[in-house]
Amino acid sequence: MVHIHRQTKSATVNPLKSSQPLGAALAFLGVDGAIPLFHGSQGCTSFALVLCVRHFKETIPLQTTAMDELATVLGGAAHLEEAILNLKKRANPRLIGICTTALVETRSEDFASQIANIKRVRAEELAGTEIVLANTPDFDGGLEEGWARAVAAMIQRITLPGQQAPRSKKATLIQRIKGPSKQPWKRKKVAILPGWHLTVADIEQLREMVESFGLKPVIMPDVSGSLDGTVPDRWMPTTYGGTSIEDIQQLGTVVQCIAIGEHMRRPAELLQKLTGVPYVLVQSLTGLKNVDRFVSLLSEISGVPAPAKIHRRRSQLQDALLDGHFHFAGKKIAIATEPDQLYQFATFFTGLGAEIISAVTTTGESEILEKVPAESIQIGDLGDFEDLAGGADLLVTHSHGRQAAERLGIPLLRVGFPVFDRLGSQHKLTVLYRGTRDLIFEAANIIQANQHAPSPESIDALRKRRNAG
Amino acid sequence: MSSLNVKIQDVFNEPACERNRSKASNVRNKGCSKPLTPGAAAGGCAFDGAKIVLQPITDVAHLVHAPLACEGNSWDNRGTASSGPTLWRTSFTTDLTEQDIVTGNSERKLFKAIRQIKEAYAPPAIFVYATCVTALIGDDIEAVCKRAEETCGLPVVPINAPGFVGSKNLGNKLAGEALLDHVIGTVEPDDAGPHDINILGEFNLAGEFWFVKPLLDRLGIRVRACIPGDARYLDIASAHRARAAMLVCSTALINLARKMEERWDIPFFEGSFYGITATSEALRQIAELLVKKGADQEILDRTDTLIAEEEAIAWKRLEEYRPRLEGKRVLINTGGVKSWSLVHALMETGMEIVGTSVKKSTVEDKERIRQALKDEHQMFESMAPRELYALLSEHKADIMLSGGRTQFIALKAKMPWVDINQERHRPYAGYDGMVELVRQIDLAIHNPVWSQVREPAPWEDRPATKEQLPSTRRDTDTTRVAPSKSRQHDAGDFVEC
Repeated sequence: MVHIHRQTKSATVNPLKSSQPLGAALAFLGVDGAIPLFHGSQGCTSFALVLCVRHFKETIPLQTTAMDELATVLGGAAHLEEAILNLKKRANPRLIGICTTALVETRSEDFASQIANIKRVRAEELAGTEIVLANTPDFDGGLEEGWARAVAAMIQRITLPGQQAPRSKKATLIQRIKGPSKQPWKRKKVAILPGWHLTVADIEQLREMVESFGLKPVIMPDVSGSLDGTVPDRWMPTTYGGTSIEDIQQLGTVVQCIAIGEHMRRPAELLQKLTGVPYVLVQSLTGLKNVDRFVSLLSEISGVPAPAKIHRRRSQLQDALLDGHFHFAGKKIAIATEPDQLYQFATFFTGLGAEIISAVTTTGESEILEKVPAESIQIGDLGDFEDLAGGADLLVTHSHGRQAAERLGIPLLRVGFPVFDRLGSQHKLTVLYRGTRDLIFEAANIIQANQHAPSPESIDALRKRRNAG
Repeated sequence: MSSLNVKIQDVFNEPACERNRSKASNVRNKGCSKPLTPGAAAGGCAFDGAKIVLQPITDVAHLVHAPLACEGNSWDNRGTASSGPTLWRTSFTTDLTEQDIVTGNSERKLFKAIRQIKEAYAPPAIFVYATCVTALIGDDIEAVCKRAEETCGLPVVPINAPGFVGSKNLGNKLAGEALLDHVIGTVEPDDAGPHDINILGEFNLAGEFWFVKPLLDRLGIRVRACIPGDARYLDIASAHRARAAMLVCSTALINLARKMEERWDIPFFEGSFYGITATSEALRQIAELLVKKGADQEILDRTDTLIAEEEAIAWKRLEEYRPRLEGKRVLINTGGVKSWSLVHALMETGMEIVGTSVKKSTVEDKERIRQALKDEHQMFESMAPRELYALLSEHKADIMLSGGRTQFIALKAKMPWVDINQERHRPYAGYDGMVELVRQIDLAIHNPVWSQVREPAPWEDRPATKEQLPSTRRDTDTTRVAPSKSRQHDAGDFVEC
């Protein structure tokens, strides 16, 4: 039984969380031709934008309704309308993803009806552009909640309701007998709803694995198409790549939805409610057994056995576990991140014989916390993390953990968001057989790089520990 | 009218501001920030601006009274350097929850947060920043700070610049006002001397002020307070005893400079440490002001000697780059490093300026730039990303010098780029800084990656392959996109001093 400690401090010291609207913006950025729009003061956007640029090292389309004091007092509908029309005129996006902020949510207006009204009055001008609203005040939630709310909002707004896929037993049976079709448009479609914590490389790897079973994955959001760091041949004011609006519309035609991370349960449930598509929730795709279950699931949906290259990758992971476990056994790990990523990494490390000596997360609301293999979890900030992580062999959190790492003299494995002081965080694999293998190597290498040569003192410390024990 | 509104009117009326002087009084009252266009605005808010000016004060605890985003999305993101204390890099926020806001608990939480920080860190002072939400719900941070100050026995300074009152620049100025109202003049130094100066609006980015400080040391000039770069609370509290001041970033802190002159008779001049001649000019003016205020005349000669020595070394070092940089075309796109002298130094090294933003340049600077450039059209206030991208991808320049926001426009256009704004990691102030900048330009332009990334793949001969390029995945009809004539996303807006 995990003991969850609530936050009792008044001053947050070195925040662990990124804001909820930022999480929503990240999800909208995984859609093709999108521009996220923060409904708030221009600073709300500016801070989020700078942070995203520092993390992704990309131009990020992110706009603001530029609420000023007057508009805040009188109401922001005019600013919202003007912003939407300006974006449409300038960039002609397929999707404008509105993320509300604490400022406008504190004043509290009926944004949904305002948007409905704008769409009605400006129907002609706004034709061809979806407008989706995610209510994401900064005083609530973090990346997880913001991301999930944006995904749910897109399903609610864009996906065509009603059951669309032939899912009778007979149809399934016939398809199974015939085997996977060579023609892609006849392949069975599977919807994947990844959590915010999957990287570009993770999404690419996921797609490849699902395809290797002859299935057609529809991944939403798909940051691998939009935030994978490429050099387009002309200036793009919106995202260029990601899930297409058409694919979101047609989500009801998939045979199965797979949600990754507990925070994706709500969007998956919503899709099921709207279209009847059943969902499976995968809590983590890291670690041999978790991946095994996922592969079994794909095999079951597709009716085909795992291809040879997957056998090979699993075998590579087995070998990495054998080679790597020496470096983890008995090691003390301290992790600070949002709940699903905390679960992902905590189970990864304990699966190699390490121990989680401190776990800090952003919210106590997530059900996954009960399953985190740690004695207790602190809801808190990196200040708490620093207090609790003394004596650890490895810190695991985002780049803001660098100050704690420096002061404690403990190496830091950077995961999650933001990672602004290392290159290539988007191309780091953290899931499936390969991602688990790579994580073993990366973490073990950090631990090895920080080993000290034995000294009389260190040996003496070991001797004393034995005596004490 | 609230006290904050009075304050805002006051800074808009700044008589020492050159731009203001050229405006009619009715125009001036409207303020200097342009109205923002929803959906086409960029740049920070007033809170951002206030924090930029104050946060480099290294030993102060900076507490942001807000829901998460104001601080959580922006902390530890600036490249200013400290010679000692690190507390400024620790982030403090009340991280208000819905519960705090709904139950009216936020003022109490703020008070407790101040006490908690005092107990855990014992800083010389705590700065408390108001933000949009806490202003909207009517939190009286001034009252809370006052009470906390009495209870905790340390200065607790309210910084009243919520984001929605205006731009980053307005926030810069409101921060200056807060220092005037609550900090400067509160401590009497026991070591005031005839060669004490203040440097205002110098941020010590990448530690670059340490290129300049040794020069001042050699002249026997003491920096009483550098605001805010590498400053400590007590330096600023006793800054009113300086004899003269140099204002480095005039758009940010001109009100502070003028009011310090008014209140404590500290004359100031506007100068810059970017560029060789600018640095010399700044040193000379500092010496002259000190002499006017009673320092010994001989400091002028010593200054001239030092300038001659340093300039000779710097020009000689720059000359070594001439063969490699002669004729290279430079595009400067920033409001930050606004000095004419930068343009001058680059041209002296044989480079050609094909364009420069003059958004924050003084009238005088603009005139000098106008004379130096061949074509007046090379001066622009700001440029939309699309236009900038077009200009760069047509290879109308060999390098762009700008700030973080336009970095990836340059890189995506496969254009060498050097960061000259606040997030940079290299020091460019003073004589050595200028040489460093030219060195960085040389390294950027001559990097072997350009020939690699600009060449198409040798196997890329079939048009079908091009379909795979990310930008063409989508059927965007570019002709439908409105021309970018209207006021929009301002690529240079990211920057400040």
